Amino acid sequence: MNQKNAMSNIRSAWGGFTDRLHHAWAVAPWWQRWAVYILLIVAALLLPSDSLAPIMSPYSDWASVLFFPIGTFVVLAIGLNVVVGQAGLLDLGYVAFYAVGGYAMGLLGTRLGWNFWEILVVGILICALSGVVLGAPTLRLRGDYLAIVTLGFGEIIRITARNTDAIGGPNGIRGIPHPPSIEGVELFGIQIFKYGVLDPRPYYYMLVALAVVVIILVKRWEKSRVGRAWAAIREDEDAAEVMGVPTFRFKMLAFAIGASIGGAMGVVWAAKVISLNPNDFLFLLSATILAAVVMGGAGNLPGVMLGAFIVAWLPERFRGLQEYRMLIFGAVLVALMIFRPEGLLPSRQRKAELKEGSGGMGSLGAEVAGPEAKPEVVEGASK
Amino acid sequence: MFNDFFAQFWPQTIDGLAFGSIYALIALGYTMVYGVLRLINFAHSEVFMIGTFGAMYVPFALGINSPLTGVALVGLVVAMIAAGALASAGTAAALERIAYRPLRKRGASRLAALISAIGASIFLQELFALLIIPTVFDRPERGRIQMGLPRIMERTELFSIFGHKVMAHQVFVVVSALLMMILLERLVNRTKIGRGIRATAQNPEAAVLMGVDINKIVQMTFLIGGAMAGVAGALYLLAYENTNYYIGFLFGIKAFTAAVLGGIGNLRGALVGGIALGLVENYGAIIFGSDWKHVISFTVLVLVLMFRPTGLLGESLQQARA
Repeated sequence: MNQKNAMSNIRSAWGGFTDRLHHAWAVAPWWQRWAVYILLIVAALLLPSDSLAPIMSPYSDWASVLFFPIGTFVVLAIGLNVVVGQAGLLDLGYVAFYAVGGYAMGLLGTRLGWNFWEILVVGILICALSGVVLGAPTLRLRGDYLAIVTLGFGEIIRITARNTDAIGGPNGIRGIPHPPSIEGVELFGIQIFKYGVLDPRPYYYMLVALAVVVIILVKRWEKSRVGRAWAAIREDEDAAEVMGVPTFRFKMLAFAIGASIGGAMGVVWAAKVISLNPNDFLFLLSATILAAVVMGGAGNLPGVMLGAFIVAWLPERFRGLQEYRMLIFGAVLVALMIFRPEGLLPSRQRKAELKEGSGGMGSLGAEVAGPEAKPEVVEGASK
Repeated sequence: MFNDFFAQFWPQTIDGLAFGSIYALIALGYTMVYGVLRLINFAHSEVFMIGTFGAMYVPFALGINSPLTGVALVGLVVAMIAAGALASAGTAAALERIAYRPLRKRGASRLAALISAIGASIFLQELFALLIIPTVFDRPERGRIQMGLPRIMERTELFSIFGHKVMAHQVFVVVSALLMMILLERLVNRTKIGRGIRATAQNPEAAVLMGVDINKIVQMTFLIGGAMAGVAGALYLLAYENTNYYIGFLFGIKAFTAAVLGGIGNLRGALVGGIALGLVENYGAIIFGSDWKHVISFTVLVLVLMFRPTGLLGESLQQARA
């Protein structure tokens, strides 16, 4: 019992801390916020420093790890967060869009010889389109059903890629071109626009730029009419519809935006890795990204990014444990859902929804308050 | 193409029936849990996987690696089915206890339950690949490699249909699956526990007020569903003689498709859906080639959910009257 009290004390202390932080942030003047943004971007750019490498990644090249999986996961998680965290659509096949982006880069780059930047634009359009194409038939479904159908679509895309020899079949695509380099632009001894094979840092900088653009866009959407419509759909789709929100259209938009972000990441990733094959797009990747979103706190951008960082970084950091990392990962997911289902840094709104037991997705059936179920201590009330 | 179709029609039908009955048995677990908890037990696929290994353990421990006949064969097959059912039922019950019950008690969202299930699924797969297969089955360093079962049932022809052989093991799978279905139907409709399950599925609040111990009912639902998946695992192993730590994924999705196809929450629907999916998949494989078999199942899933989300039979566990 004591232990339980201690647990809830820690929990409410943490909750109080994040609440105060949230408040301070909300009332801070614009220049303070911008200073923090710029500091964060500079910190992100300085991350691949050699002095951090031995602590952060003793087993593999830190700058490479920062590009994949860490940076890649962060961007994918931001994209998936639009779908899962904001619109409340459970997508288990998100990797499909990443795959479409990767294949767009691979095919257009090797077959048609297009330039990376052209492919990036076209790839994003293709992915948005594929989001609409996949969304149109499936988005009439809800909750678990949507989850399973998206899982099915993810697998259909992967198996189709494997079975279609015209796009490389099981061997995938090789010799994907790098983005065109601009030689001579040097900063602290790094050629920041030289996209070669050896130095992963230019790709990482490009990824940071992509992430910044994506974050700005996503934040703007969240604060706009669109974001409010998503929140309404997430909380109660029927009520939203009755209130005049064209739910289907907004769900499609969420799907298309999520798909574009996943696709953009796919293009950037494929431009670095030279070769790809269908096994780069397994269901496990979708599950991992979803885990990152939920673990960080679905709906809350900093939380989601933190979740993605942890999910990507921990297995790399503990490569010493080698194969056991996935075992531990699975156990951590279960434990996290038991002890902190709202995620590490939950959004306040989502937390409130989860407390009601709706979570935007309905709660489990047969959860009848038995004699053993006690009302939970209201967080933050102890202060 | 059509010549191929007619030439392969009967063998594929028979194979489809055998696979379909395995899907149906697994689908029962999805359907029952969904009926009671409104939860897709995503980790059920691993329950099936563990069933195959539970069944594998019997001949492995006894050191049997040649075909048996007569009483010995019957005894071994029964022991394998029992071991598979036991291993799976235990896993399912443990899953409920560890991964779902704490969430249920907190009234957590279904998203949390789904993530918990994905976590449990990854955990169980890795547990088998890293620890159980290398140690219990004495295959160090080969945990991720497919494991074969030595031939126990001789492949004999039972009868032929339009000149195509029907093998004994295929008939055995279908008949055993049907038997299990009948048993389950009786259990759900004729026993006190079955009444509790139906009551909980219809209306959990009212069931509690009527004195149903809901925790016990949920536990029993997982146990029974798990046992069915374990039997499916044993039957699969006996008929197709291989398994691996990853086998649950495809079977799980297909069994879920079968459950949805028949109408999730509906026990007979699981049977109809399973058999239908087994057949559709195999007929599709004749036309498009066996590489596309899985794509066909997923497409069926998507189409059913789009056009008839209540499934073929529609009626569900909670509507079935006592």
